[in-house]
Amino acid sequence: MSDVSMVVNGRKVSGHVEDRTLLVHYLREHLGMTGTHVGCDTSQCGACVVHMDGKAVKSCSVLAVQASGSEILTIEGLAATADADLHPVQAAFREHHGLQCGFCTPGMIMAATDMIRRHPEGLDEKTVRAELEGNICRCTGYHNIVKAILAASEKMKGMAENKETVAA
Amino acid sequence: MYQTNYHRASSVADALKLLQDAEDGKFVSGGMTLIPAMKTRLAAPSDLIDLRHIAELKGISVEGNKVTIRAGTTHAEVATSRELAAVCPAICDLASHIGDPHVRHMGTIGGSVANNDPAADYPAAMLALGATVVTNSRELAAEDFFTGLFETALDDDEIVTAVYFTAAETCGYEKFPNPASRYAMTGVFVAKNGGDVRVAVTGAGGDGVFRSADLEAALAANFDASALEGASIPAEGLMSDIHASAEYRANLVVVMAKRAVAKARRG
Ligand SMILES: Cc1cc2nc3c(=O)[nH]c(=O)nc-3n(C[C@H](O)[C@H](O)[C@H](O)COP(=O)(O)OP(=O)(O)OC[C@H]3O[C@@H](n4cnc5c(N)ncnc54)[C@H](O)[C@@H]3O)c2cc1C
Ligand code: FES
Ligand code: FES
Repeated sequence: MSDVSMVVNGRKVSGHVEDRTLLVHYLREHLGMTGTHVGCDTSQCGACVVHMDGKAVKSCSVLAVQASGSEILTIEGLAATADADLHPVQAAFREHHGLQCGFCTPGMIMAATDMIRRHPEGLDEKTVRAELEGNICRCTGYHNIVKAILAASEKMKGMAENKETVAA
Repeated sequence: MYQTNYHRASSVADALKLLQDAEDGKFVSGGMTLIPAMKTRLAAPSDLIDLRHIAELKGISVEGNKVTIRAGTTHAEVATSRELAAVCPAICDLASHIGDPHVRHMGTIGGSVANNDPAADYPAAMLALGATVVTNSRELAAEDFFTGLFETALDDDEIVTAVYFTAAETCGYEKFPNPASRYAMTGVFVAKNGGDVRVAVTGAGGDGVFRSADLEAALAANFDASALEGASIPAEGLMSDIHASAEYRANLVVVMAKRAVAKARRG
């Protein structure tokens, strides 16, 4: 057993867990934050993607003790980072029907926001599809997910530019 | 996953000490191989010694064409390093196709070479570039380091601290990714230095990564994909599994080698 402490969605949390506890189980079972899903046991589906210190990781393949001391962002905390009811990526998934059953969606959205962050110059369809390598969806055929991510990327680019003009 | 005891090492010396004190300990870097293996109980170390917070294991340095990548450098860091791209873009390209973005944020070059998965990408680059693997106690040439399927010359209590190599004049990597896992079903790294050409193959060898003398000779004579027209390599000794037969892999080696050369020539 180990003590862990981390910042989850801006809130400091701590606990006492078995060392083998996966980060995803810590989030879901200890913190009751069930937005992050588990879709496989082979580290391949990406339903569990969260951001650790600003980077997308598979929370099913990281131990809670490994994550101790870090900052975690999950789907539950995403909208707050945009100071809105829905983050622009969430809004785009709704607008473009980027989901059907919704099981993959939290991971898709966390992967998408990470992807957009890493490509401030903007995204094209080919890049989005390649970047979705680690996220599996059994329902949509990906088409509307790609559309939603492209739309969100455009929108966020606009927002960043606006911000810059305001700052200048 | 079975129970385990986690320790966070602050230095290489600290990690060695922690391992010594453990009953059946293992190092963990990115955990992108070890944690999935522990989840399926294929691995069950009594103790995990986390190397991810050791500052001396981080970073890339490039001096002229000599490249050093410290063991804890993630695939994402290699993929996006401008310094590295300026002298050896092929290794950035290789790293950018390992797994997926989330795996690349955690997985490290040290973990990858230490694990020597027969379908991993880095071992092919290390062999073709004539890299040296540095550990806490010695330096090993890549050909002496990779010894078989998931086998290396590493002792249990030895830590890979870095790899270094001289960037080749021209090099390129191409893999046929397994459609499910994205590991190399066959991957070929070609590197050319003057008249010396090295061709290293991963994902295909029954004994892990290997060099193909036949393909090297053909390309040394003419470093062009056309030099491999009609070339073949024996299927004997190659892996055969549900993904591909040895014969299929033998064919893929030549096809990937051609594509790698074409990519290398495009620069
Ligand atoms: C979904 C998925 C897809 C993947 N696709 C690919 C792919 O396409 N190509 C590819 O090459 N790989 C792939 N990988 C593997 C990935 O690249 C791993 O990150 C890598 O093989 C291991 O690096 P790590 O840092 O995660 O090592 P760990 O998992 O932390 O460790 C692996 C092994 O190496 C040992 N070890 C770790 N660091 C050191 C060190 N510094 N010194 C000595 N021993 C050490 C550990 O004890 C352990 O036995 C994939 C993984 C996943 C989960
Ligand atoms: S649950 Fe993490 S990758 Fe599937
Ligand atoms: S919407 Fe059902 S799995 Fe993606």
